[in-house]
Amino acid sequence: MLLVSLVVLALLVVCSVMIGARPVAFDAVLQILTGSDDPRLRVDSVVIWTLRLPRTVLAIVVGAALGVAGALIQAVTRNPLADPGIIGVNAGAALLVVLAVSVFGWSGVLATTGAGMLGALAALLAVAVLSTRSRMSPLVLVLAGTALAAAVGGVTSGLLILDSGALDQVRFWTVGSLAGRDPELIWPSVALVTLAVLVGGAIAVRVNTLALGDEMAKSLGTSVARTRAIAVVVVAVLCGAATAAAGPIGFVGLAVPFAARLVAGLDTRWVILLSLSFGAVLLLAADVVGRVIAGSGELEAGIVVAAVGAPLFIALALRQRMERL
Amino acid sequence: MSAARATVRLLGERVSFRVGRRLVATVGAVLLLLVVCAAIALYTGNSAISVDGVTAILLGDYAGSTSFEIYTVLDVRLPRMLAAVIAGGALGISGAIFQRLTDNPLGSPDLIGFTGGAATGALLVITTGGGLAVGTALGAFAGGVVAAAVILALAWRSGLEGYRLILVGIGVTAVLSAVRAYLLSRADLEDAQAGLRWLTGSLDGRDWGDVGIGAVACLMLVPATILAHRPLDRLAVGSELATAQGLTVSRWRIGIALIGTAWVGVAVVIAGPVAFVALAAPHILRSLTGGAGPLLLSSGLLGGLLLLLADLVGLRLFAPTQLPAGVVTAVVGGAYLLWILQRRRGRTMG
Repeated sequence: MLLVSLVVLALLVVCSVMIGARPVAFDAVLQILTGSDDPRLRVDSVVIWTLRLPRTVLAIVVGAALGVAGALIQAVTRNPLADPGIIGVNAGAALLVVLAVSVFGWSGVLATTGAGMLGALAALLAVAVLSTRSRMSPLVLVLAGTALAAAVGGVTSGLLILDSGALDQVRFWTVGSLAGRDPELIWPSVALVTLAVLVGGAIAVRVNTLALGDEMAKSLGTSVARTRAIAVVVVAVLCGAATAAAGPIGFVGLAVPFAARLVAGLDTRWVILLSLSFGAVLLLAADVVGRVIAGSGELEAGIVVAAVGAPLFIALALRQRMERL
Repeated sequence: MSAARATVRLLGERVSFRVGRRLVATVGAVLLLLVVCAAIALYTGNSAISVDGVTAILLGDYAGSTSFEIYTVLDVRLPRMLAAVIAGGALGISGAIFQRLTDNPLGSPDLIGFTGGAATGALLVITTGGGLAVGTALGAFAGGVVAAAVILALAWRSGLEGYRLILVGIGVTAVLSAVRAYLLSRADLEDAQAGLRWLTGSLDGRDWGDVGIGAVACLMLVPATILAHRPLDRLAVGSELATAQGLTVSRWRIGIALIGTAWVGVAVVIAGPVAFVALAAPHILRSLTGGAGPLLLSSGLLGGLLLLLADLVGLRLFAPTQLPAGVVTAVVGGAYLLWILQRRRGRTMG
């Protein structure tokens, strides 16, 4: 399944490079990528190297990051409905990015990414505090996240209304889009996400034991609190980096781990690995579809993902007994 | 018991309810605050008009005022205030209806997705060029009904369990907001801007046309709501007992749900999809009155007060920049919902 998804991903990469406002034929793509400098292909070459390829890489990185973040957070909270979008983590990241831009006037890639991570961490901590203090059921966690997302989103839109300069900088970003990103943005994101995914993979075995319950995990030699804390930081880095790069995108973190669990069962190591590649596939597919179906313009990837992910969320919620992880 | 409660009868036996002292005191306080807020809304604002001047204009004595002052009071402040009260009232009533109907304090139309449906229906009309207020109103109502039907059909499994309803609602809300984003991205720039302004839930620039729609809707819906009071109270004791009392349960449920959806439509047309008023108004009222009964109309009063207050805060807090009322209610209401969830400690919900 991992291989299949990687093949699909490769196909999608080719589609993503070819499709757009200026379609490029397959053999032209091949020539450009292999370094041909045929003068007839000069425009196509610029399009591909400065627009399509960075965008494709960004989609892969953001999708993978959100997928892994969802897998980890679902495993740690033992809640199949936990999604960084639904429980307000992306909203928290978005708020701090907007704050950084509007109040402090930061605009660099590292500053916004850092702010995004801080915001994600704060939101995660808020949800974590709420859920441990009141031993929340899966539903109440989702509701609390919805409330948090609404309140934080309200503050964000209030800020944007008060500061039209910041609005101009971030209004295309808040819908969750991959179009027109600064290519410079990509390498810090790639580095951060890779690092976070590696750490996430390293604690996967210990996260597995958490699924048995805190007591059992403890008796198996897992330091429950430390594992949770590491997982929370990893999720914050992943969500913060993804949100700073592409805006708040929901439902990737819900749909992807769900599909991964269907294939791989409950072993967190495999779920993380599969989520990595499924997430990349989902977001890249959404981005390509968004470019095709909207005719002259584009439909943001975040919208496409929500249209696909939300029905899945409903289907999951409707299962008679929501089995805990 | 008899000292603290009195029975009010209207239309003979058809409408009668027992009123507790706490309820009377609460409704009185809400009314008082409503009057105070309405006065603040009418007498203060960006353009300074003297208190006597405003009073004179309101009483129809235009002699000492400039035409700009008359316009400000009668065509800006007054309709805006009335629109806020009507829209907030509609939200409060619909919240009370649905919370009672689903027998769940969280079953308010904004959480279970009906508001999103109404907003999507209205936006569909706005972006396809039908700028007419009546068309938007019908679109909002149709969208609300369709969303309600879909959500109820999905969540219905030989009964309506609160948690399933809310989860389905959250999912449907997400789909609907994707649909709205799609509509906005495909619309003309001008339609899209109109749609976007309206989607934040704002009372800015509401005129007598909006108030007129609201007033007509109130004329039709208030009597229906009063008639629904009693069956709703009976439904709440459980379908079996209600059937035994001679109520055709499913028919009443559908009828009452339609009334509630119509109220949502009214609010959405006037103010856009304002969040959390429908959730908070009945909730606050219950905790103030110690609350039995559906308390539909009093919840409407409180809803009107909340939205008017939110609009005033949005207007004054960062004056001269305005915050839409929807932003204020989202921040305060989201925090309020978090607080409710925290206090309930997951007892009843899952």
